[in-house]
Amino acid sequence: MAKIVYREEMAQGTIILNEIEAPRISRKAKPGQFVILQAKETGERIPLTMADTNPEKGTITIIYMVVGKSTAVFKELQVGDEYYALIGPLGAPTHVENVGKVVCVGGGTGIAVLHPITRALKDAGNEVTTILGSRNYDLLIMEEKMRAASDHFHICTDDGSKGHHGFVTDVLKETLAKDDIAMVVAIGPIPMMKFCSLITKEAGVKTLVSLNPIMVDGTGMCGCCRVTVGGETKFACVDGPEFDAHKVDFDELAKRLASYLDDERASMDAHNNCKVQ
Amino acid sequence: MSEKKPKKEVVPRAKMPEQDPDVRRRNFIEVPLGLTPEMAIAEAKRCLQCKKPACVDGCPVSVSIPEFIKLIADGNFSGAANKLWERNALPAVCGRVCPQEEQCEGRCILGKKGQPVAIGYLERFAADYERKNGVGTVPDVMEKTGKRIAVIGSGPSGLTVAGDLLLKGHEVTIFEAFHKPGGVLVYGIPEFRLPKEIVASEVATLEKMGADIQCNTVVGASVTIDELFEEGYDAAYIGVGAGLPRFMNLPGENLIGIYSANEYLTRTNLMKGYLFPEYDTPIARGKNVVVLGAGNVAMDSARTAMRLGANSVKIVYRRSRDEMPAREEELHHAEQEQIEFVLLTNPTQFFGDENGRLTGMECLKMELGEPDDSGRRRPVPIEGSEYKFDCDLVVVSVGSNANPLLTNSTPNLNLNRWGNIEADPLTGKTSKPGVWAGGDIVTGAATVILAMGAGRAVANSMHDYLTIGW
Repeated sequence: MAKIVYREEMAQGTIILNEIEAPRISRKAKPGQFVILQAKETGERIPLTMADTNPEKGTITIIYMVVGKSTAVFKELQVGDEYYALIGPLGAPTHVENVGKVVCVGGGTGIAVLHPITRALKDAGNEVTTILGSRNYDLLIMEEKMRAASDHFHICTDDGSKGHHGFVTDVLKETLAKDDIAMVVAIGPIPMMKFCSLITKEAGVKTLVSLNPIMVDGTGMCGCCRVTVGGETKFACVDGPEFDAHKVDFDELAKRLASYLDDERASMDAHNNCKVQ
Repeated sequence: MSEKKPKKEVVPRAKMPEQDPDVRRRNFIEVPLGLTPEMAIAEAKRCLQCKKPACVDGCPVSVSIPEFIKLIADGNFSGAANKLWERNALPAVCGRVCPQEEQCEGRCILGKKGQPVAIGYLERFAADYERKNGVGTVPDVMEKTGKRIAVIGSGPSGLTVAGDLLLKGHEVTIFEAFHKPGGVLVYGIPEFRLPKEIVASEVATLEKMGADIQCNTVVGASVTIDELFEEGYDAAYIGVGAGLPRFMNLPGENLIGIYSANEYLTRTNLMKGYLFPEYDTPIARGKNVVVLGAGNVAMDSARTAMRLGANSVKIVYRRSRDEMPAREEELHHAEQEQIEFVLLTNPTQFFGDENGRLTGMECLKMELGEPDDSGRRRPVPIEGSEYKFDCDLVVVSVGSNANPLLTNSTPNLNLNRWGNIEADPLTGKTSKPGVWAGGDIVTGAATVILAMGAGRAVANSMHDYLTIGW
């Protein structure tokens, strides 16, 4: 169980795709839901929203960025290796219905999370405009899959190496100005979600974001993933991970994500020393 | 007149050898060290072997107490362990965490004039002896019935239900959401109070009896109860615990450094944060720690914080010492380990720095007013008594609400207005045919042995259902 059947390195090896055997989860999972993975007994429990599922094959796909010790250990797992623990599907699925014209904005590994949601929105009959962003074109993931799930498709790069030279928010503003957009879904780094949210709030367009706070159990038991939404404390694992962007306290979320920065550095150093020896 | 019998020498109750408080408050090794065989035999001989033993009435799972104690007195320690197993699948756990003073020992006839027999110490002794020295004998199970039971949750009640039904010859699968079985016994109760090796060993005994344990399975998410019935299970038991921590809704409560007790203990115990960075999960090591609440979980949190290197650990509680709900032994151990009790005090807000990290808090002094619904005198704030102090870690330990993850995905299961499952108090039957429930998801947060008692009643009712009918 939880065996890796396919693996791909993306964005110059900084982002990894794993397709994992998980028959029960693949049959149940809906767009927007996440799993918790643990590479080995001594490892951390890491929440990752699913990028795809294949119920016939009994597999799920997750895509993660290598940022610290835990994801560095994930990266060492090859095809045929098994995760020590995998649970899911967790969290509330995206509410998908035909609302007309929607915009899906993605950045970084958020694009992986956005993929099944975009596809579901298109399948439900929405006219989908997708705007993807990255620092440069080499770091952009899932371009073809996202293009296939969209009616209109834009790429933005900070360095102008492809598409619009600038931020996703530029294209989002233009799109909102010229089209009657019913809903925006924005998933990516916190600053991206925060600024998309500011723009859509001004334009009065309903916006969903998918949040990625630190979690432990992922089933509501610990309260580690609490976020402030509309002035109330919510647990992202059971009340989310998706919330109304206009109500989310992004600054608090960003701070809480940095809770263990020093420990993460210590852990990474210990890991690297260990490898050197 | 017959000659007067020589007065029998009074043997004092065994004293449990313990790690020195000044040493143990900085390590995670178990606090009580266990009785020696000589001490156990001497203690067992104090038992009067009552014809009508009141101790057994005081035990939620009706352990054959005089019988197992007699076996210890005779030096037959393995026999004693086997006797315990007949009524209790988890004797090494119960010997450690049961509130014996309110149960078996509270009823012991010797306790009327002197000190009761140390039943808990003896239970622990026999179970530990068998684990370390036994030949791995497993309780006999009855002939297979061919019935399949799904036990959801591997905490104390689930393990009890599983153990009893295995003994009766049923096929049992235990589903656990976490990667290790044991529920609160592994994520909640700290290593220094219940070594995890002991839980693993008690679970291994159930596996030898035939239990199939499926970890990493979140029933309600990975699979529903109705789907389990479709897969061929004949009955299901829900023992998923309370599992949704309460916060106090005070300003600043989401600052970094404020944990629920569930998170603090899970990171430390299940994820072994105290062994970081050997284990990858970090846990904040506060220097000035405040624990809010005064139950057993609060004591576990406070004593954990001390072991993680705190300079000062305070329990802040709004009532007085007499109302603290933790066991007396836990309070005593905490005080020995220099945990400070700040009573008649209530938190009002938390303060943080520009990075969102906790730096201090404000409290309000209370006084006791008129009795409330619970019969306890209600704490009333003293106006203008607010004061501030520094702290860098707060653990909120004020109870749990019912977790809706499973109950929301299970149609026809009646809940009360707090979201707990409605179950028959005698049998544990729910409104959904073929489904029983017990433990904290029914009662709200309670104790390990109460959950086990519920499990025992449920197992009997399930057995009747499987052999006779609903």
